[in-house]
Amino acid sequence: MGVEGIGARVVRKEDRRFTTGRGRYVDDIKILGMTYAHFIRTPHAHAKVKSIDSSAAMQMPGVVAVLTGKQIVDDKVGNLICVWAITSKDGTPMKMGAWPAMAPETVRFVGQAVAVVIGETKNQARDAAEAVVVDYEELPVVADVKAAIAPGAPQLHPEAPGNIIYDWHIGDQAAADGAFKSAANIVSMDVINNRLVPNAMEPRAAVADYDTAEDHYTLYTTSQNPHVARLVLSAFYNIAPEHKLRVIAPDVGGGFGSKIYIYPEEMVSLWASKKVGRPVKWTGDRSEAFLTDAHGRDHLTHADMAFDKDNRIIGLRVKTHANLGAYMSLFSSSVPTYLYATLLPGQYNIPAIYAEVIAVYTNTTPVDAYRGAGRPEASYLLERMMETAARQLKVDPAELRRKNFITQFPHQTPVIMAYDIGDFGASLDSAMKAIDYAGFPTRKAKAKSEGKLRGIGVSCYIEACGIAPSKAVGSLGAGVGLWESAEVRVNPVGTIEILTGSHSHGQGHETTFCQLVAERLGVPISQVQIVHGDADKVQFGMGTYGSRSAAVGLTAILKAMEKVETKAKKIAAHQLEASESDIVIENGEFKATGTDKSIALPMVALAAYTAHNLPDGMEPGLKEGAFYDPTNFTFPAGTYICELEVDPSTGKTSFVNFVAADDFGRLINPMIVEGQVHGGLAQGIGQALLEHAVFDANGQPVTASFMDYAMPRADDLPSFKLSHTTTLCPGNPLGVKGCGEAGAIGSSAAVINAITDAIGNNKLEMPATPDRVWHAIHG
Amino acid sequence: MSAIKLTVNGKAVSAEIEDRTLLVHLLRDHLNLTGTHVGCDTSQCGACVVHIDGRAVKSCTVLAGQAAGSSVTTIEGIAKGDELHPMQAAFRDNHGLQCGFCTPGMIMSAIDIVHRHGGKLDEETVRHELEGNICRCTGYHNIVKSVLDAAGRMKMSRAAE
Repeated sequence: MGVEGIGARVVRKEDRRFTTGRGRYVDDIKILGMTYAHFIRTPHAHAKVKSIDSSAAMQMPGVVAVLTGKQIVDDKVGNLICVWAITSKDGTPMKMGAWPAMAPETVRFVGQAVAVVIGETKNQARDAAEAVVVDYEELPVVADVKAAIAPGAPQLHPEAPGNIIYDWHIGDQAAADGAFKSAANIVSMDVINNRLVPNAMEPRAAVADYDTAEDHYTLYTTSQNPHVARLVLSAFYNIAPEHKLRVIAPDVGGGFGSKIYIYPEEMVSLWASKKVGRPVKWTGDRSEAFLTDAHGRDHLTHADMAFDKDNRIIGLRVKTHANLGAYMSLFSSSVPTYLYATLLPGQYNIPAIYAEVIAVYTNTTPVDAYRGAGRPEASYLLERMMETAARQLKVDPAELRRKNFITQFPHQTPVIMAYDIGDFGASLDSAMKAIDYAGFPTRKAKAKSEGKLRGIGVSCYIEACGIAPSKAVGSLGAGVGLWESAEVRVNPVGTIEILTGSHSHGQGHETTFCQLVAERLGVPISQVQIVHGDADKVQFGMGTYGSRSAAVGLTAILKAMEKVETKAKKIAAHQLEASESDIVIENGEFKATGTDKSIALPMVALAAYTAHNLPDGMEPGLKEGAFYDPTNFTFPAGTYICELEVDPSTGKTSFVNFVAADDFGRLINPMIVEGQVHGGLAQGIGQALLEHAVFDANGQPVTASFMDYAMPRADDLPSFKLSHTTTLCPGNPLGVKGCGEAGAIGSSAAVINAITDAIGNNKLEMPATPDRVWHAIHG
Repeated sequence: MSAIKLTVNGKAVSAEIEDRTLLVHLLRDHLNLTGTHVGCDTSQCGACVVHIDGRAVKSCTVLAGQAAGSSVTTIEGIAKGDELHPMQAAFRDNHGLQCGFCTPGMIMSAIDIVHRHGGKLDEETVRHELEGNICRCTGYHNIVKSVLDAAGRMKMSRAAE
C-alpha cells in the first residue's frame, strides 16, 4: 500500500471546495434569462380537478406562463414509469395506474402538482401561484394499507382493483408448511417497519435550458444517476432523443435513494423551458421534499419461525403488506420483493422459506428505495424475530444466532441468493468483545440498583450490494442492466482523467477512485481527476445506489486501467528496447526487469501522443474504456450491538455504547468507509428512535417539516465504536463488497432489541419515542 | 425596494432589494455567495448559518434589511487566502463532511461554539450546542471530532498571533 493507494486513510480531495463554500449544487447555477418555476400542489389527498383558472395570475407582475396538467398531457409528455416488472402469484403482471407529470384530472396524494407558474423571479412565481384558482371535487380517501384492501375501500386506480398492485410470492410453500408441522417450537410475531422520509439536506432542484437554435436541452439536476435520467427522459417521456438532451448532476447534497428517480419536476422544467423559450429553474423547499420525495419502508408483516428441538431454524413464513403510496415510482416494485424477500434468510441456514408480499396503493406519497431498500426491512424483521425467539426459547440471543449461522460458502439460500463468502462468527465475536457482552449482566444489575432499566440488543445483518448481473436481474423483471462503465484517459503530460458512470453525492469517489490509480501507477492522486455526472462527458453509466460504486464502478475503472497498462507497457518496452513481458510498473516508472532501464509514465504518455516512435501498427493515444458487468451481488455482513438505558419514569432512552463490526471485504479508504457506516447508523437509529412519516385518516401528512418530523441531531446519537473483519469478495478483482447502507440495515433492530430487553416486554414499534416506551413499560 | 449597505467578508457592499428579502437570499442571489445554503423552510437545519458581527445566526431568519450596517461573514470569508481556517482544516482532516451541503453552516456554527467556550469543550457540550444544525450524512461522529480538534487548533492559532 502506497501513502495514497488502496487501504490508505487519504483525506478527501473534494473537501477543499466543500469546506470553503465553493461546491456547485444545482441551486447555485444561474443562466442568463432564467425564469423560475413554482408548482401548484393539491391540498387534498384524493380529488377530481374540475377546473384551473389562471386568468388573475396571468395579470400579475413577472408572470411568464401558467402551465397545467392538461397541457402536458396534450403535448404527449409521457407518464412516469416503474421499470421493474413483478408478476403476481396468479401469473398476472403488476397492475399499474397512470402517473402524469402534472395531474390533468385526478390527484391522489397531498402535494401532487396540478399546474406550474413560471415567473421572472422566484417570489413573483410564488405570489402568482396564490392567485391561481383550482376547483377540486374531493373524493373518498384511504391512507392505511389494511383499509385500502378492505372491501368497499375507495379505489385509487381503475387498473388496480382492490388497490392491489401485485400479490407476489417467493420460496417453497409446501416445504415451509412441512417444517412447521415438524417443529418443536414456533415463534410468531407482527412487525411494523415505519415509513420514513429520506431528507437529503439539499432539496431536489432542476435547471432546464432549451436551446431553440440547436433544438437541444440541458438539464442540471440533483440526481444520483444522470445517465439513467437521460435514458428515461428520452425513451419513455418523449422529452427529447438522447443526443438532444444533456443531463448534468453536479455536486449533489446527499441522496440516500431519494435522488435515484426521475420526478415530475424535472420533466415539467424541461417541457416548460421549450414552452416559454427560456431557461427554467425549480428549487424545492423542504415541505415539497416531505410531500414529493419518494418515501421509504412502510411494511406491515406477520412472520412465523419454526425451530427443531436443538433450536435450529427449520422454516420461516412471512406475509408482508407493503404500502407503495399513490403511484408506482421508478424502482418501487423491486424494493419489497427482490430486494427484500431474497434477504430474509439473513446470516442463517434456513432450509425452507415462503414469503408473500402484497403491494398496495394508498393516498399517500409514493414509496421507493431509501438507504438499504428492502434489506433494512428484511433485516429488522428477522433480527427482531431472532431476539424474540431467544427469549421464548430461553437461550442467549448471541448464541442462538451463532448456532444457526451459515458457515459453509458458497451458500445457496432457498430464495435465489447465493452468498459467496463470509465469516459471520468473526463479526459476532468482534462486536461481543468490543461491548464486553460477558460483563453485561453485572452492568444491568448495577443500573437497576440506580433505578435504570439497562438492555442489550444484537443484530446480525447481511445485505446484497452491487445489484447484478444484468442477465439475472433482467430475468427477474428489471428494465435496466446493472453494469458500470469507465474510461481512463492518460493525457500527453501524464496526468490522468477517469471518466466514470458512478455518481458521487457524498461518498468521496473523487478520492477513492483516484486511490486505485495511485496504487496501480504510483502517481499522486493530485495528478488524477475524476469526471462524472455529465452525460455529455461520460458516455453512459448507471449511477450510484445500492452500494454499487466500489464493487461495480471501481471494477470498471480497474478493467479500463488494465487495458491502459497493457498498451503503456508495449510502448515502454518499445522505447526501452526490452521485452514487453519484462516491463513492470513501479512508482510511476516503467522498468525493464533485470536491467537499470526505465521510463517514466509522462514519457510513455508523450510517446503515445507524439506517435514518433511507437511499435509498428500501434494506434496513437493512451485511453481505454471498459464496461463491467459483475457475476454476482456482493454480500457485506456484520454484527451490531447496542447497550442502552431506559429511564422508567420518562421512557427516555440513553445510549451507553454502540458497536459495529462489519465485513466489507477490502477497504479502499477506511476513513471514508467508517464515515459511511456512521451515517448509516444515524439513519437506522433515527428510524428506531425518532423518525416517522405520519399521515392522518384523510391522507394529510402530519409530519411535513423539520418541526414535526424528528431528524436525529448530534445530541440524539452516541459516538460509535467500529471494527472490521475481512473476507475478500471473490466476485470482483478488488475483493470489495460495499459499505454505504450497512449502518441503516443493521442498526434499527439492535436498538429496538436493546429497548425491549431493557423494559422486559416486546410491546414496541418504531420509532421508540419516550412516550411509546413509557406506555410499553407502564401498560 | 430598498437600498442597503453592509460589510460582507470584509468588503463594503450595497444592494437594491425587495423588503421581504432574507439575508440568505441577499447573499446567494444578489452577491453570488452560494456557499451559504438553504436546507429547510423552518429555521431548523442550520445550513444557512453565517456570522453577523461575529455571532452565529441563521441567515434564513433574518431580513436582509436587518443586517444593514452590520458586518457579515460567510463560509467564503473565513480562510486566509489559500490557508484554511482551523475549523475548515479540522473538518477535512477528521472527515467531518460527506455531501458537503450542511458543512458551511456547520463550520460557521462550530466556530461560534469554540469562540464562546474557548478551549474548554467536551463531547457533550459540542453535541448539545450543535442542536441547531442537521447533518444527514456523517452521523455527527466525525463532526464532533472535528469541532473538538479545531478547538485546540484555534487556541494554538490565537496563541501564535
